[in-house]
Amino acid sequence: MTKIERNERLIRLCLLVVAFSAISVLAVITIFIFEQGTPIMFKYGFKNFLLGQDWYPSEKSFGLFPMIVGSLMVTLGALIIGVPLGLASAIFLTEFSNRRLARILKPFIELLAGIPSVVYGFIGLMFLIPFIRENLGGPGLSVLASSIILGVMILPTVTSIAIDSIRAVPDSFREGSIALGATKWQTVKMVILPAARSGIVAGVVLGMGRAIGETMAVIMVAGNAAAIPDSILAPVRTLTSNIALEMAYASGEHRQALFATGVILFVIIMILNTIANLTSARQKKR
Amino acid sequence: MTKIVISMTRIKILNLGLCLLLALGYVSCRPGKSSQRIVVAGSTSIQPFADKWAELFMEKRPETVVDVQGGGSSAGIQAVQTGAADIGMSSRALTEDEKELFEIEVARDGLAIIIHPENQLDNLQLDQVRSIFSGEITTWEILNGKAKNITVVVREEGSGTRAAFQELVMGRLRISKRAIVQDSNGTVREIVSRDPNAIGFISLGLVNKSVKTLSLDGIYPTEESIQNETYRLVRPFLFLTRAAPSGLVKEFIDFILSEEIQQLIKKEGLIPIKKNPGPRDDQDRTE
Repeated sequence: MTKIERNERLIRLCLLVVAFSAISVLAVITIFIFEQGTPIMFKYGFKNFLLGQDWYPSEKSFGLFPMIVGSLMVTLGALIIGVPLGLASAIFLTEFSNRRLARILKPFIELLAGIPSVVYGFIGLMFLIPFIRENLGGPGLSVLASSIILGVMILPTVTSIAIDSIRAVPDSFREGSIALGATKWQTVKMVILPAARSGIVAGVVLGMGRAIGETMAVIMVAGNAAAIPDSILAPVRTLTSNIALEMAYASGEHRQALFATGVILFVIIMILNTIANLTSARQKKR
Repeated sequence: MTKIVISMTRIKILNLGLCLLLALGYVSCRPGKSSQRIVVAGSTSIQPFADKWAELFMEKRPETVVDVQGGGSSAGIQAVQTGAADIGMSSRALTEDEKELFEIEVARDGLAIIIHPENQLDNLQLDQVRSIFSGEITTWEILNGKAKNITVVVREEGSGTRAAFQELVMGRLRISKRAIVQDSNGTVREIVSRDPNAIGFISLGLVNKSVKTLSLDGIYPTEESIQNETYRLVRPFLFLTRAAPSGLVKEFIDFILSEEIQQLIKKEGLIPIKKNPGPRDDQDRTE
């Protein structure tokens, strides 16, 4: 074996080890969460965990249903606010603005992704919460406040992926549509958006993943009541905030129940990721 | 055959090595444990204060180590029962079957019921507080005449402050699940200071001018009303030992009960105990 060959082999081995270390971290985390979280689910019954309405760990009552509903409500709210805004700015920046303006604006939207979530939470607490409380009623800490904050937080994800997939639509599509006599807006609505659809959907699913996993900002503005909210002005608790909120002093079964919360969150995020991968795979096939 | 033999001898060598290691560990740990080092574990409400006391104690007695750990009141009680800790810390009174432990009260903490400073209300009865936090009373109307919904703010499950409130006010009733939950005394105070319809409870030492403290059954929480137990929302900070304290454990407890530390306790917002009671009186008191 020559020296070069030996070096090649060595480098290959090193890279293999590095590659597997990343995967093994994932494996360790998965095993750890499931090992810590599932025994208590078996002990008290999956049904009680998933559909129980009362979260009183000190009384051994571990119903996660309000938090599951809370997570889904807040995520849906974030999408209702973030997706139209993100999609609209993507359409504007790609189709209606001149290139120079787009080149200036896009980095600013992407900059939103770089703001730490605790800053979003703080701004929400200082300005949004009093605004909601004084103008709409309720305590201010609410589904609405968390949806707005999360909607802004997912904006960069939704926008930049939508921009990329709209740009990926071949110019011949646009030319053909305009040649047929369609206006610019008709072209966007009937040709470009359908063509870019799966890319946009993938962006939305990624944004959804971010919204459901966000913790700090939500804890600060959601109010964290462990009950199913009866209006969008009522406080809400998500799965992630349930873990972060009570982690500090939890011990024994309470601690295990928080790991069980993690298991459920893990499964939900896995499902979302799979959907995202499937949609982007379908886009590539075309 | 030879293979088996080899593996047998290997196991023997391993065993021997393990025994040696254990023995070494035992020998090296023993002197530390009996004369120089004490382990204090329990309530996370007491822990930050105990850390400070331990630090000051170790400054005076550099040859000693006081190891302060958290875990919660129940874990602390268990640790002292099993001997895992020399001193257990509890911020709740002991239950009947825990009473065989020796208890020494080292400080007291009051719970203040706080509202927005612009709220006209000054006083609540204990059962009104209970009804508000259980979600039975939902508007301020019968309390101060304003037809606004009450924003109830509480601490999270597992916190010592919540446990104390549960025990002292709620009894068996549940705290409403519609209540807003925050994970520190500071954020509870922050929300109550901003929301004119809010009510919450925090540790008395952390009350400041941004909120208004309510009197309870006509009694306002002060050092005096807490020491003579007319104000009812008081929790003891207890140090627990398995037998009457002796040696370094006794020295540490005496140090905390000394005038110097009790003054410090007052500065940090806790209520010093009235005079230094011996452990004996103390056991009578908690009946």
